[in-house]
Amino acid sequence: MKTLAQDSAQKVDKGRVINDFSIQVATVNGSGSQSSNSVLMRSIFQMGIPVSGKNLFPSNIAGLPTWFTIRINKDGWVARAEQVDILVAINPQTAHDDVKSLTAGAVCISPIDLKLDAVRSDITHYQVPFSELAAEATDQVKLRKLLTNMIYVGVIAELLGIDQNEIETSIRRQFEGKGKAIDLNLVAASKGQQWAKANLKKDDCFYVERMNKTSGKIIIDGNEAAALGCLFAGATVVCWYPITPSSSLCETLIEYLKKYRIDKKTGKATFAVVQAEDELAAIGMALGAGWAGARSFTSTSGPGISLMAEFTGYGYFTEIPTVIFDVQRVGPSTGLPTRTSQADLLSTYCLSHGDTKHIILLPGTVEECYSLAVQAFDLAERFQTPVFVLSDLDLGMNHWMADRLPYPDKPIDRGKVLTAQDLERLGKFERYHDVDGDGICYRTTPGTNHPLAAYFTRGSGHNEKAQYSERPEDYENLMKRLDRKYQTARKYVPKPELDIDRQARVGIIAYGSSHCAILESRSQLRNAKLPVSYLRIKALPFTEELRQFVERLDRIYVVEQNRDAQLRDLIRLELPEHAMKLQSICHFSGLPISARFVTDAILGEEG
Amino acid sequence: MVATQSNQPLSSEPHTNRIGLTQADYKGAVSTLCDGCGHDAVTSQIIKAFYELGIEPHRVTKLSGIGCSSKTPAYFLGRAHGFNSVHGRMPSVATGVSMANQQLLQVGISGDGDTASIGLGQFCHIVRRNVPMIYIVENNGVYGLTKGQFSATADLGSKLKTGVVNDLPPIDLCGLAIELNCSFVARSFAGDPKQLVSLLKASASHKGTSVLDVISPCVTFNNHEGSTKSYKYAKDHEIPLHELSYVPFYEQITVDYEPGTVQDVEMHDGSHIMLKKLGLDYDPSNRINALMTLQKAHAEGQFLTGLLYIDESKPDFTTLMNLVDEPLAHLPEGVVRPPKAVLDEIMNSLM
Ligand SMILES: Cc1ncc(C[n+]2csc(CCOP(=O)(O)OP(=O)(O)O)c2C)c(N)n1
Ligand code: SF4
Ligand SMILES: [Mg+2]
Repeated sequence: MKTLAQDSAQKVDKGRVINDFSIQVATVNGSGSQSSNSVLMRSIFQMGIPVSGKNLFPSNIAGLPTWFTIRINKDGWVARAEQVDILVAINPQTAHDDVKSLTAGAVCISPIDLKLDAVRSDITHYQVPFSELAAEATDQVKLRKLLTNMIYVGVIAELLGIDQNEIETSIRRQFEGKGKAIDLNLVAASKGQQWAKANLKKDDCFYVERMNKTSGKIIIDGNEAAALGCLFAGATVVCWYPITPSSSLCETLIEYLKKYRIDKKTGKATFAVVQAEDELAAIGMALGAGWAGARSFTSTSGPGISLMAEFTGYGYFTEIPTVIFDVQRVGPSTGLPTRTSQADLLSTYCLSHGDTKHIILLPGTVEECYSLAVQAFDLAERFQTPVFVLSDLDLGMNHWMADRLPYPDKPIDRGKVLTAQDLERLGKFERYHDVDGDGICYRTTPGTNHPLAAYFTRGSGHNEKAQYSERPEDYENLMKRLDRKYQTARKYVPKPELDIDRQARVGIIAYGSSHCAILESRSQLRNAKLPVSYLRIKALPFTEELRQFVERLDRIYVVEQNRDAQLRDLIRLELPEHAMKLQSICHFSGLPISARFVTDAILGEEG
Repeated sequence: MVATQSNQPLSSEPHTNRIGLTQADYKGAVSTLCDGCGHDAVTSQIIKAFYELGIEPHRVTKLSGIGCSSKTPAYFLGRAHGFNSVHGRMPSVATGVSMANQQLLQVGISGDGDTASIGLGQFCHIVRRNVPMIYIVENNGVYGLTKGQFSATADLGSKLKTGVVNDLPPIDLCGLAIELNCSFVARSFAGDPKQLVSLLKASASHKGTSVLDVISPCVTFNNHEGSTKSYKYAKDHEIPLHELSYVPFYEQITVDYEPGTVQDVEMHDGSHIMLKKLGLDYDPSNRINALMTLQKAHAEGQFLTGLLYIDESKPDFTTLMNLVDEPLAHLPEGVVRPPKAVLDEIMNSLM
C-alpha cells in the first residue's frame, strides 16, 4: 500500500468535513446488515474515495451486538479510527451506550422510537421512522427487518451526498443473480433517500465528494487474497478444520478451485480438499501429502496451532514441506475468538518440543497475504520444512482497498527433488547428506522407480542415510545442519520494508496488520516535528537489514499487537548488544491498533 | 494395484517372482524387536505376500505410528519409502499421501495402543473415508514399547505379569470398523501364517481401507498365564470362520470345490478370495450378521479369525475426490497455476 503523503489535518473546508470521517453501524448479529454495509462502503469506493471497513462482531450466529465501521479518508489512511463521526444506532440493546460514547458534534441516525435525542443533546440527531418505511417498501413482514438495513443506506447517501447511481450499481453487484432481492433493495434504498430528502434538514458538516484515488483498485479481505495466493502457487492438497477467523481462506479457495482447477477435457480435479476431523489430522494430512510430493497446506488459528505442535516438530526434524496459515485471533485458550491479535509469533516460531525454529512469513497488507502465500510454497519446498504464514483477523476478515494482485513473476520452485534419472546419473543417494553445504539435502518422492530412491522417514534420531541412530555425533550433526539450513533461509526470505528518514534518531519496527497504523502514525509524528524511520519485518529468520536499521538509530519502538512484546524479545535475542535500544509499544485489546495509539505512546516517551 | 502383468506361472521360477525379484528384495533392515515377538512374524508374512504377489516395491509406501509394532516398516520392503510418524496419527499421514499420489499402495502398521487409544479418532476417520490402504493393527493387548501397560484392547479380566487385572471392557477394533462401514475387515493371528498371508494378499487387491486386526503376542510383557493375547491362549481359542485362499488376477482358478462349500468373492482388481466353509456358515458380505457374530463371540469368549466383512462396492476416498489420473504430486506448473487471464478475470470482479 502506498503512502499517500499529505496529512489529514486540513480536513475542514469552509465548515465542511469532506472525505475524512468514519461511520459506525451498530446492529444485531445475523440481521443481514453485512450486505448493506458492503453496499455503503462500495458506493463510496466507486466514487474514488479511499475507504476501509472493519467488522467488530461477536462469537455468535445471531442476536448479539455487532459494529461495522467504515472509515472514509481522502489521504488513504485505512487503519482503525478511534473516533466515530456518524453513528447508525439500529441496535436497541447498545444504542444508549453507543450514543454516550460519541464526541460532541457527532451525528446519530436512529429509529425514531428509540428516542435517542433524550440521551444526548450535544450531537446531531436524525430520527428515522424505519418501521414505517420498511412497511411501505414491502408487504412481507419477514423482509422488513432486513430492508431496514438498506433504508439506512439510502438515508446516509442523501445526507452525505453519495451518488445514487453508485448505490444502485453496488446493490446490483451485491445481489448479483438474485433479481427479486435487487429490486427490493433498490426500493428500500430509494425509500430511505427520498424520505431523508423530504424530511431531514442537513445539520452536520460531513460530506463525500468524488475523487480519483481508487481507480484500478480492488476491495478484498486477506483470507481471500491468501486463497488466491494458494490458487496461483499451484497448491494441490488442502487440509483444514473450520475455525474463525481462518475458515474463509479455505472456503473461498474451494470456490476458486472448483471454477479454475477442473480439467476441462475430463472434468476431473487437479486438487484435493479435505475437511479433516481436527487440526492434528489436518497437519498430518498436509505433511503426508508434502512428503509424497504435493504442494499441500493447512489453514487455522491459535487453538489449531496448539494442536499441530507435535506434528510441526516432526515436519521440521524430518524435513517435509508444507505451509501453515495462522490467521491469528486473541488467546490464550478460546480467548476472544472474533478479535484480532499478533500473539502467536513466539509460539509458532518454535512450535513443538525440542530445539525448533520455523520460517515465518508476516504479511502486512492484503497484497502480501497473496504474494507471501505464493512465496511460502516455494520456500517450504526449497527448504523442505513447514513454513508459517501469520496473518490475523484484522487482515484476514476485514475489507481492504488494494492494488490489483500481480501475476507471479517467478516459476514455481519445487526445490531439491531427485528423479529416477538423477539417481541413475548420480549412482548414490543419501537423504540427509548435505551435498551442497547449504544445509538443504536432496529428497526423493515415493513412487520413484529406482532401486536407490527409497528412504525411511522417522521422527527418531537418524543419520545421513536416514537410518535410525542414537549416536551423539549423528544427533549433533543433524541439529547443526538444521540450523545451517535455517541460516541459509535468511538469504531467501522476504526482506523487510525499509523507510529511512535521514533526520530521524528514532525508529519504529512493526509487522503484520499494524502496518497501516504505523504509516498514519508517522505522518502524525511528522506533524509533531518528530521524524521517525520505519522497518517492517516480513519474515523470520531476521535478515541483515534489521541489524543495520537498529545500529543507525538511538531508540527504537517495536510496535506489536500482543501483551508480551514478542517481536521485541526476539530482536533482543538476535541483537543482544542493542537490547536496551529497543522499547516496546504493545496493543492487545483485541481491537485493531490505531495510529493515534502509536503516536501518543511515542510522543509520551519522546515528549 | 499390482503393477505389471505376466502370464508366467509362479512355480516355474522358484527364486524370483513374476517381476524377477527375489524374496530378499522384499526384506528390510534387521529387526531389533525381542526374539519371538509376534510383530516379527507379521513382518515375515508381509514380505512373503508382497513377494509372491510380485508387487513392485517402489509403488509401495509403508507408514506407521509409534510403538514396537510401528517400528516394523523398517524391517520389510527396504525399497519402498517409509514414514514412521507420530503416535496414533499414521492415518492422517496416509490420507495425505493418498491425495498426493493415488497410485501408491499404502501399508500402514499400527499397534493396539497406537490405534485403540491415542489414535482412535484418526482410525475412525480413515475408515469412514475409506482411504485406500492396508491398515494392520499388531494387537498384543499392551503397550510394548513403554514396558507393558494395558492397552484398550485388553480383555476384561486379563492379567498383567505384575498381577494387575484389567477391569475395563476392550474396544473391538473389528467391530468398530464394521460399525463405521469399513469395506474390508479381517482378524488374524501372528501364529497362523497361512491365513494371514492370504488376508494380506486379498487386502492388497482391495480398493479402500482394509483393516487387519492381527493378534500379535508380546513375548516380553503379555505372553503369560492369565493373558488373553498370548500365543497359547490364541492357539487354544482360535476359531477360523473359513479356510481362505487367494487367487491373484493373473492366475487361473484351478481348484474344484464341492458346490455350496465355497464362497468366491471377486475383488476390485479381478483377483478372487475363496472362502471354504468350516463349521460355521458365515457370509462376510452381511454387515449386521458380522456385528452379531462378533458380539456373540465376545460373550462366549471365542477368538474368531478370518474375513469378517467385505464390501467391494463402497467407493474409496480418492475415487470420490474425482482426481485427474496423473498424481497431484507430479502435476506440472502449466496445470496447477492458472493462466494470467484467470487472475485478470478475478481482479476485475473485485474492482
Ligand atoms: C504423544 C506420545 N505419547 C506417548 C508416547 C509413548 N509411547 C510410545 S509407544 C506407546 C504405546 C505403544 O503401544 P502399541 O501401539 O500397542 O505398540 P506396541 O509397542 O505394543 O507394539 C506409547 C504410549 C509417545 N511416543 N508419544
Ligand atoms: S516388548 Fe513386546 S511388543 Fe515390544 S518387541 Fe518386545 S515382545 Fe515385541
Ligand atoms: Mg501393543
